[in-house]
Amino acid sequence: MAVDPSAGSALAAAPRRKLAAGRSVPTSERPAVKWTLIGIAVLFLAVILLLPLVAVFTQAFAKGPAVFLKALSDRDGVAAIKLTLLVAAIAVPLNLVFGVAAAWAVAKFEFKGKAFFTTLIDLPFSVSPVISGMIYVLLFGANSALSPWLKTQNLQIVFAVPGIVLATIFVTFPFVARELIPLMQDQGSGDEEAAISLGANGWQAFWYVTLPNIRWGLLYGVLLCNARAMGEFGAVSVISGHIRGVTNTMPLQIEILYNQYNFAGAFAMASLLALLALVTLVCKTVLELRFGVAASRRH
Amino acid sequence: MDIRVQNIRKEFSRYPALHDVSLDIVSGELIALLGPSGSGKTTLLRLIAGLETPTEGRILFGDEDASRKSVQERHVGFVFQHYALFRHMTILENVSFGLRVRDRARRPPRAAIRQRALELIDLVQLKGLEKRYPNQLSGGQRQRVALARALAIEPHVLLLDEPFGALDAQVRKELRKWLREIHDRTRHTTVFVTHDQEEALELADRLVVMSQGKIEQVGTPDTVYDHPNSPFVFGFIGESSCLDVAVEHQELWVGGRAIGLAAATAADGPGKLYFRPHDVELVDGDACLVGVVVASRRVGGTRRVELEIGGLQQPVEIDLPFDHPAGERTRIAFRPKRWQLFPAAAA
Repeated sequence: MAVDPSAGSALAAAPRRKLAAGRSVPTSERPAVKWTLIGIAVLFLAVILLLPLVAVFTQAFAKGPAVFLKALSDRDGVAAIKLTLLVAAIAVPLNLVFGVAAAWAVAKFEFKGKAFFTTLIDLPFSVSPVISGMIYVLLFGANSALSPWLKTQNLQIVFAVPGIVLATIFVTFPFVARELIPLMQDQGSGDEEAAISLGANGWQAFWYVTLPNIRWGLLYGVLLCNARAMGEFGAVSVISGHIRGVTNTMPLQIEILYNQYNFAGAFAMASLLALLALVTLVCKTVLELRFGVAASRRH
Repeated sequence: MDIRVQNIRKEFSRYPALHDVSLDIVSGELIALLGPSGSGKTTLLRLIAGLETPTEGRILFGDEDASRKSVQERHVGFVFQHYALFRHMTILENVSFGLRVRDRARRPPRAAIRQRALELIDLVQLKGLEKRYPNQLSGGQRQRVALARALAIEPHVLLLDEPFGALDAQVRKELRKWLREIHDRTRHTTVFVTHDQEEALELADRLVVMSQGKIEQVGTPDTVYDHPNSPFVFGFIGESSCLDVAVEHQELWVGGRAIGLAAATAADGPGKLYFRPHDVELVDGDACLVGVVVASRRVGGTRRVELEIGGLQQPVEIDLPFDHPAGERTRIAFRPKRWQLFPAAAA
């Protein structure tokens, strides 16, 4: 049985090529329909997605690069950028760990209350972000039951960085878990069973088998989580207290600048935030191009 | 290594999958767990591997109680029905996985691991494919990689779960022969699960026939085929025909006729007669079964004839050589050459 698989795949590919070269493939649309559909999609993308993005960048540079740079190097602006990066740097890794653990629990184990647990994971998606912020104000604010204890410990949560981090974690929690649960359920636990039957311990099975199996889903979940963590407005707005240079993240800073009619500054900051989002997308595409050909085939 | 399964019971959330199963597996033998789906054969295999924990009972590996050992400590080579190859690893990485994850004290040097993996890839006749990924191989090739990977850890016992279940008939046959050869060469104690009786009969030293969470019969393929101990086994292993008979005066009667079969030890009353459709002789005379041909079709080298016999509800099937002159007749008189009688209640 020494059949060369490449010869087999070449054989399999041959009829497909023939079909593509043929005049009409029975299951495909007529050219007019095809181009109309593509046209609608492209037009929609251009108007809804591309145009605003271009507008942000043109507005940002409307008064020249000097104003753009000045807006960003402003003391409060730099503080906002730093805070945003810090919050993302704390929230994303934590949600990465929580997300993997939650997805693992749902996908690989049977336990009572699993349906409830799965619904709970979705809670941050269904609740308005403003409410998420208010929850933490209620929990840790000046009138809360925890407040006296927090005071004795000298812990400031509301209107401070810890509160912003907590609210961001809450809002971005589902991204990683949601991405992984269907993937892990689909893959089952056969590979892990094979690994442990071959002598791997739990950690090795996770590191060498589970993680490579879910890496693309995980990456995608982390990128979405990161984008939201940097861009979150509502929850952070409630809990931050808008203290300039201290608890203002980039989205909050943009709003303040905008409300002060400092459009150049607002759009400069907005363009930077948009750029961060674009960079994440580019990272994902580059990674997929680099390893993705094999990866998409293997999933 | 001898394996003894002692009074194992297994329940899945109150639903019993195995009731009080005991089985002795002798070192070096190739044993088949055979049964319809839901008979508990895969559960038993996974219990031996340690992938499930028994509700009651224990499993001994040699003289050691394995019930308390983890999967890793049992050193079993498990081959999964759907291969469970690691898709992001090459064939070489897959096969060497079990050696690479060992702790430093027991891990062979890198070169030795590679050497061993290449030897095994050679053994399963996949030489030259070690750099491929699993998705670049055919089903049969993947199954052989799975086997090489399981053999790499020098397992105490090799366990295969429906190893050829997902392959087409031609490849199955080839791999079957090849697995037998590998077993004869390596002499691993091997247990495999199958629902294909032909596979079990051809491959195994001993068969374990299971049904509804119980072991029905254990024996060599010949014993189980020639002397099934229950109507279930008779019906499940090989082709079978069954008819209602009455026992009277130590003889079998159908529709008020003695059919020429003596049952010296059977008690009087109704019974079920089982025989193999091909194991009949055509006879003339009174003491036999006579039936009217209601259907007759050729199946390869034989002709399958359906007969309606007076006094019976169901037609009975017999096999004749396809060119036998009796195939043209409308009435056929025959008598089973080898047969077995079971009490009516058991069937």
